[in-house]
Amino acid sequence: MGILEVKGVGKRFGGLQALGDVNLSVAESTVHAIIGPNGAGKSTLLNCLVGKLIPDTGSVLFDGKSVLGRKPHEINQMGISRVFQTPEIFADLSVLENVMIPCFAKRDGAFRLHAIESVENEKSLQDKAEEMLADVNMLEKRNMLASALSRGDKRRLEMAMCLVQDPRLLLLDEPTAGMARADTNNTIDLLKEINDKRDITMCIIEHDMHVVFSLAERITVLAQGTPLVEDTPENIKGHPKVREAYLGEAQV
Amino acid sequence: MTDQTTDTGAVRASAPKTKAASGRVLGLGGKDLSLFLLVLGLALFAPFILNPFPEGSALSQFNAGYPDLMQRFVIFGIFAIGFNILFGLTGYLSFGHAAFLGVGSYAGIWMMKLLTTNVIPAIIGSIVVAGLFALIVGFISLRRSGIYFSILTLAFAMMSFALAYSVLTPITGGETGLQLKYFDPRILDAELAPGNPPRANLFGLNMTSSYELELGSWVFTFNAGYYLAAFMMLLAFYLSIRIFRSPFGMMLRAVKSNQNRLNYTGISSKPYTLAAFVISGMYAGLAGGLLVAMDTQVGAERMFWTASGEVVLMTILGGAGTLIGPVLGAGFIKYFENIISKINSTVLHDWFAFLPDGLENVVVAIIYPFVGKGWHLTLGLLFMLVVIFLPGGLVQGGQKLATVFRRDKNAGSVESDAAKKQPGHPGE
Amino acid sequence: MDAIILQILNGLDKGSAYALIALGLTLIFGTLGVVNFAHGALFMLGAFCAVTFSRLLSLGFVPEDAGDTSVGGFSFGALQQETPYVVHWFGEGTGNAIIDWAVPLSILFAIPVMVAIGVTMERGLIKHFYKRPHADQILVTFGLAIVLQEIIKYFYGANPIPTPAPSAFVGSFDFGVLLGFDPGSIVYPYWRLTYFFFAAILIAAVFAFLQFTTFGMVVRAGMADRETVGMLGIDIDRRFTIMFGIAAAVAGLAGVMYGPINSPNYHMGMDFLVLSFVVVVVGGMGSLPGAVLAGFLLGIIEAFASMTEVLNVLPGINQIIIYLVAIIVLLTRPRGLMGRKGVMED
Repeated sequence: MGILEVKGVGKRFGGLQALGDVNLSVAESTVHAIIGPNGAGKSTLLNCLVGKLIPDTGSVLFDGKSVLGRKPHEINQMGISRVFQTPEIFADLSVLENVMIPCFAKRDGAFRLHAIESVENEKSLQDKAEEMLADVNMLEKRNMLASALSRGDKRRLEMAMCLVQDPRLLLLDEPTAGMARADTNNTIDLLKEINDKRDITMCIIEHDMHVVFSLAERITVLAQGTPLVEDTPENIKGHPKVREAYLGEAQV
Repeated sequence: MTDQTTDTGAVRASAPKTKAASGRVLGLGGKDLSLFLLVLGLALFAPFILNPFPEGSALSQFNAGYPDLMQRFVIFGIFAIGFNILFGLTGYLSFGHAAFLGVGSYAGIWMMKLLTTNVIPAIIGSIVVAGLFALIVGFISLRRSGIYFSILTLAFAMMSFALAYSVLTPITGGETGLQLKYFDPRILDAELAPGNPPRANLFGLNMTSSYELELGSWVFTFNAGYYLAAFMMLLAFYLSIRIFRSPFGMMLRAVKSNQNRLNYTGISSKPYTLAAFVISGMYAGLAGGLLVAMDTQVGAERMFWTASGEVVLMTILGGAGTLIGPVLGAGFIKYFENIISKINSTVLHDWFAFLPDGLENVVVAIIYPFVGKGWHLTLGLLFMLVVIFLPGGLVQGGQKLATVFRRDKNAGSVESDAAKKQPGHPGE
Repeated sequence: MDAIILQILNGLDKGSAYALIALGLTLIFGTLGVVNFAHGALFMLGAFCAVTFSRLLSLGFVPEDAGDTSVGGFSFGALQQETPYVVHWFGEGTGNAIIDWAVPLSILFAIPVMVAIGVTMERGLIKHFYKRPHADQILVTFGLAIVLQEIIKYFYGANPIPTPAPSAFVGSFDFGVLLGFDPGSIVYPYWRLTYFFFAAILIAAVFAFLQFTTFGMVVRAGMADRETVGMLGIDIDRRFTIMFGIAAAVAGLAGVMYGPINSPNYHMGMDFLVLSFVVVVVGGMGSLPGAVLAGFLLGIIEAFASMTEVLNVLPGINQIIIYLVAIIVLLTRPRGLMGRKGVMED
């Protein structure tokens, strides 16, 4: 029984069956990648996992509890953090504040009227956030405005914001989309580093084969809304069905 | 002008941790404390500061140290401080905040009519009733963001105005409004002597009572009502600093910055924005209650949408999202409204009498449309100029000037970056 | 039944004004992405175009052959009849007819003036706010609206200025007779009827323009996806400027013809603006048919709410009905009646 269990999930937009009968199991402490050509339904699936979309059929269980119908913040409070295609950060806040907000969310829940206390008195959370920033080599940038960061640093910051919550599952939505090769490699290194340091469960939705094969321990191939195969990277590489699905799309 | 904006708050967090912990008074850090003391000083000595010109001199028309105007400074300061908690922090632009001011005023005057002319229950009543009203309006309006939110709040305010003017006349007095009357019940008060009109008071201290200090040809007026309102303003300002520096305030800024990320970070943004809305509604209620405590009357025009627009302008002009900005903006607008409205063509001719006759007439003709009854024209122009050239308001302008003078480039890398940032865009 | 028809008719003229202003607002929002709080002021400027034009037409001089009535150097102005130039030029009959028809003729005067004002506004101010937050756009145009109305107040005073309709339009049309009810049960002033037809034609013209011309096609494409159209090498900015001019003209014409219904005053723009924004939001931001539909709908609903029968049950409902409807619509249909997905949303 994996930490994330997707059972028979289907989603239809008008006449388009975006997801057919998707079954998926992400085991704890693994890096699980979901790949597939454009339009395979990867993003739809991800949106079903984080509460942005509600599937028409099937169930999504996280740690035995259904996530369907829950709002994004509730799903996060269950222990799922999400990294977006383009880094979503608080651009108008300082880097340190960016990392402190998830700390508050983890400690105080979805809402607490702490209107009179001072942020500066929250020493333990501040330390925790600074430790996290040190982990991603951004401690010296902690007082910069997040909007002033380079794109790569924004990505690192977003990772830090997710990781500081010690999520039980980290969802990554095409973390290297639109990046140059060098940036992509940096991101891969960062993810590897995170994976080595913290024994974290990751689920990566990705288009780029290079990223997937550098990181994943299990791979699910999605095509036309249904999973084709699920296997280890080695087996996937030579799989004829995968080649067929990707024909002309990528050099596997 | 050394205001620390929310942005410089980020800078302050940079200070070594040991420094932050030490030297906190009233829970305020160093810069916040000096800012608070500055406002405290301004409020305490306002009767002096605002009356720099001797009585009877040509410049005495620029004096603003009389009770009625000083009261307005601080009361609208409260209104703007409260509005800033909503707009400055969360970026939600409410175009109907005058409704809460009006509701607060009505609640206040009814407390004075029914219970006692002591202003304390009136003020408490205004805050509570305006807060409840804000809870209802906010609960509905905050289901939408961006311009939809603005229109919803506007719709609620216009509805309140229309109802106060027509159907609710038994409660609001309709067009004539409400005043304190001799025959009001006032169940807690002793009966008034006949012919003695009811007056707002604080445990017997009449709100209109003043002490006049004559120094040479200067006259300074110390008014009880003003000092009550100023005390409330200081309290409101202090609370607003605490809110700005709190985790709650940080969450509100996060709402403005990226609501999507906030939700995916496990925070439910709705209760935060609703709390901010209600708090700012309570501030507006306090302002409304104080207005009633000062002049013991209220009319529906207080809720008209231009009144809502005015508080938006005050906040923007001073600097939305900054601590002292709204106070400055409110003072600035109320001062110039008062002074400029008083200038007429005779005054203008006096001023420019030194010019040759022809030129004098031309200059007066050019300036005349902008003064006196033309105050609104000046206000509109000011509105545009501020938004176009100074999106960060007076505070940012001051900071820019300070940077120019200091030539201290290292000091403010984050500050100047932050200063470029523009007021919020909810729901984009 | 007759009462219902009467209320629908009563709602039409106000609804027409709402629809026209909302149409312009939506055009500007849809094409330029700007929330224009000064649009009500454009409506007001249009009305004052009519006022100005009628005054220009009545400008006169004292004919030289009127005889010297001055006695001892004092001239008795009352005895001197000014003759308008138009009468002098075109003769008694035609000249007076022109003056009588001042309001409809103002349309010719208002179109170039309003387009010029619109283009100037866009080039001089609005252009710089495309990339600024909506809050800034609202604030700067709000400031502009105040400035415009104060300028008008300065030159024309604070009192409403009567601008009568041509005498041919004075009087009412008896729908009661036409529809087989009692005579006098449904009377409707000619001018209001004219206003409705005028609005309908104007709306149809705008839609036809957008539908059938290349210019309109580009603008519609730009409304759907501004960046792509810009990338195709089409000078979309210039077209948007023209679009702003057209939107200004539409609001202006709505104002010109509204003069005889309600005497123009300097704050009429603000009064209509708030309601027109509600109309736009109810119709759905960015939807032209939505704006028109919601305009007429709210105008008619307002008319029904003003019936004495309704007011007896729900006193004051006519004052708040539009806002009430807006709140209900926004809460049940977040995008308004016909709003598109992705407009003004996160």
